[in-house]
Amino acid sequence: MSYPLLEIKNATKIYSRGGTFFGSKKQVIALQNFSIKIEPEPATITTIAGESGSGKTTLASAILGFVGLTSGQVLYKGSDISLMSKQQHLDYRREVQAVFQDPYEVYNPFYRVKHVFEVAVNNFKLAKNRNDKRELIENALNVVGLRGKEVLEKYPHQLSGGQRQRMMIARAFLLKPRLIVADEPVSMVDVSLRSMILDIMLRMRDDFKISFLYITHDLSTAYQIGDQIHILYQGLVVERGKTTNVIENPKHPYIQLLIDSVPVPDPDHIWNEKLELSAEEETRGDMNSACRFYARCNKKQDCCLVKHPPILYKMDGSDHEVGCHLYKPL
Amino acid sequence: MSIATVKRVKVHQMAKLKYWDTPWFNSKFIVGSVMVLFVVLMGLLGPYIWNTDLAHVGSSPLNLPPIWSEHPTFPLPSIAHPLGTENSGRDMLASILVGAPRSFQIGLIAAAVGMGLGVVLGFSAGFLGGWVDNVIRTLADSVMTIPVLAILIVISSYVRQVDISTMAIILGLFAWAGPTRLIRAQVLTMKERGYIRMAQLCGASTFSIMFKEMLPNILPYLAASFAGNVSGAILAATSLEALGLGPTRVPTLGMIIFNAISSAAILRGMWWWWGLPIVMLIIIFSGLFLIATGLDEIANPRLRGVQKQ
Amino acid sequence: MITAQLEMLKSLETESRWKFVDPILEVKDLRVHYATPSGDVIAVNGISFKVNKGEIMGLVGESGCGKTTTAMAILRLVQPPGRILGGEVRVDNVDIIPLTPSELRNIRWRKLALIPQGAMNSLNPIMQVYDQIADSIKAHEPRTPEKIIKERIADLLSLVGLPARASKLYPHELSGGMKQRVCIAMAIALNPPLIIADEPTSALDVVVQRLVAQTILDVKQRLNVSMILIGHDMGLQAQLVDRIAVMYAGNIVEISPARIIYKEPLHPYTKLLISSIPSIKVRKPLQLTSGLTHDLRNPPPGCVFQERCPNVFERCRKEFPFLGEVMPGLEVACHLYDDLKMQQSI
Repeated sequence: MSYPLLEIKNATKIYSRGGTFFGSKKQVIALQNFSIKIEPEPATITTIAGESGSGKTTLASAILGFVGLTSGQVLYKGSDISLMSKQQHLDYRREVQAVFQDPYEVYNPFYRVKHVFEVAVNNFKLAKNRNDKRELIENALNVVGLRGKEVLEKYPHQLSGGQRQRMMIARAFLLKPRLIVADEPVSMVDVSLRSMILDIMLRMRDDFKISFLYITHDLSTAYQIGDQIHILYQGLVVERGKTTNVIENPKHPYIQLLIDSVPVPDPDHIWNEKLELSAEEETRGDMNSACRFYARCNKKQDCCLVKHPPILYKMDGSDHEVGCHLYKPL
Repeated sequence: MSIATVKRVKVHQMAKLKYWDTPWFNSKFIVGSVMVLFVVLMGLLGPYIWNTDLAHVGSSPLNLPPIWSEHPTFPLPSIAHPLGTENSGRDMLASILVGAPRSFQIGLIAAAVGMGLGVVLGFSAGFLGGWVDNVIRTLADSVMTIPVLAILIVISSYVRQVDISTMAIILGLFAWAGPTRLIRAQVLTMKERGYIRMAQLCGASTFSIMFKEMLPNILPYLAASFAGNVSGAILAATSLEALGLGPTRVPTLGMIIFNAISSAAILRGMWWWWGLPIVMLIIIFSGLFLIATGLDEIANPRLRGVQKQ
Repeated sequence: MITAQLEMLKSLETESRWKFVDPILEVKDLRVHYATPSGDVIAVNGISFKVNKGEIMGLVGESGCGKTTTAMAILRLVQPPGRILGGEVRVDNVDIIPLTPSELRNIRWRKLALIPQGAMNSLNPIMQVYDQIADSIKAHEPRTPEKIIKERIADLLSLVGLPARASKLYPHELSGGMKQRVCIAMAIALNPPLIIADEPTSALDVVVQRLVAQTILDVKQRLNVSMILIGHDMGLQAQLVDRIAVMYAGNIVEISPARIIYKEPLHPYTKLLISSIPSIKVRKPLQLTSGLTHDLRNPPPGCVFQERCPNVFERCRKEFPFLGEVMPGLEVACHLYDDLKMQQSI
């Protein structure tokens, strides 16, 4: 029986904050009942989209093992990552790599940039001798469009943001991963250089069969490269499915509001209607609240207040699912 | 418009390039290092340029003023003792040549012991967290509140014969609290940095992360803090010696001051007796301070600044 | 051929959203350098532009192009190791570069206000909103009676769409969008004719961004204030500005009315920027670019964009292209359009 590559079952993460000796600890639900399955093939780019506070960063940290879950499991090839042995853990680290948002922070300013490659190669014992190592690194750099002699001996502050981010992708690629978790990989890169990085991701998917978990708040880039998309709001999935379906035909009022608010680069095409200020107010619910979007929704109904957080309703047989009472089957 | 100004700027730039080559050419750091080096050289080359036996009691004529001054109550100065002598017959130049490096040595050893302990404890507290952190932190805080000088006075008055190393180690045992807190704070900040996460993602062991990733970035702070600690240790040692509680067989700056005070040098107007060791102390402390500040600027480029135009 | 191109450009600007009135701000030859251990970095390379009364001018460019430095220089807020080497900045016909600090205090906030980058994170965490705005009023108009301040703040809060109770709140009790609106209120407190907003919405969520952008438009329409809107999000700029100035490596490479620039960008760098905007309406193949920005300490002779330009030719490597008018309101710094520029100057 073959397992999915990465499976997350009902992951929930609750942070307790503040509180004194006498109780009243405030609970923040970062992620609630999140589930996803990424199959080993075909290689896909799955987008997790959401704004600040949606839980996408928590999800990335949980998958990479930096943070433990309050409940639920993260299963890699069938094994729970919190119960893995040391060797299994090392294998996991190798097969699930990451690219982070800030292309400067990830480099140790004391060393030249080749240090990141050496740490990777040495720890996973990928090369038997120096020549092999050099070849491995050079190949990885070529995939992202860089050449070793131009960049390896430099210090991080001597390279541009785009170059640094590409080198991070090369470093991840070097380990021949099955899945790369890319947490906002282009948001701190110059606009004119973003397409280069997105293009590298597409090529890695097509030529090298590496799957991506692309985490972002920018729906435009998600639209350009994502295959599947899951959109989070306050820790819950509100809509998911094939990227083209969800973005071209959004069902959930939040998604509709979001897509409507993305500014179109055409001076004749200004936003349709003036938003009311209530569109900004938001309250964070607790585990048993009803729909989190209620305060801002322009299509709210009474059942949205009463019932438990909406479950996912399937839209006409496809894998496009919405978490909104508007679409419940009659 | 721009072309002429660009050319002018380029010529200006070329001239500046020679001056501002690397961040290590920091004026404070260099001046401070020169001062400290001066003292170190005194220790290494001292015996070769002047007869240090003259630092022993009774080796020279008594109470000679330095060569450039005359004193009504004392004999005339002589070229054989350019910085004068004191009332037990010790030659001042010889005493300084021996004493200054000794004081410095005490400070170095004490600071090294304190720093060493500080590194180990600070890293453990910052990186491991949990109860280890709590224990170490509480301990460090408690030690910091102890009035070190008072304790040292008590200890020294019990131990009859204190030699250099013992004094240094005792000082070191109280010097670890500050560095521990400093390093712990740095480690806590660094733990959240991206490159540490990257190293964790590459499966690096805790040890390797601490020493290969964190330590090189802490070094500038460590060095600056070390300079400060040496200063503090020398001050503590000198204070003890000036009270008569230090090593009595070897001359140190503090001891010279002690002798001066107990022989009423101030009343007698023998300013060279207590004046010269103080000048040496000033050189040592200023030098160390400049090194610390200079290192601070080297480590943190934003402090460097440029003259306002 | 030349006239045909000019005609086409003219036809795009069917209705001027701005008028040819006196400029409220005139920048001539502004030059700012940053000193580094290995030589001066030319942050702003002698730029010139005008902002007319009642218009919103966008200043776009990528990181390191000098747009924030320009804003700081206009307000005389450049700190060492940066320094203003030369140029004129005329606000309401007064050159502010040679002014003394006390004269500057008269100009700042009264004639010229700034909403700096990350303003919402720089609100004083221990002061209520009322006190913060009152502070900025008193700093520049010290003799204002308390009653007037109270009325003014009530007006300001309603102008930016904040409820009256917000004046009693502390920054940590406000959301990101509300904090940014407090910053806008502070900037318009003394009714300055010109406001410079540096990336006012960059840290905000998409929906909140829309709200704050709406607020900015509201404020502009009601107070008829002129603005310079600095940013890198071309989509957002399109919603707000009348004209756009594009900066690259310390130089302005194009100034063009909004309608023209999105349809017919002239400078190759502008073309690159416009085509890099990812669309949420249409899935299209990604636009790639190559080459790197040159080292800002040693600019090559000639055009600053030569390393990355797909249309580069001989002249570009030797001669620096100056910003020249192709038609009223449209200027470009590129040798491709030398003929058009000559035509205009005849």
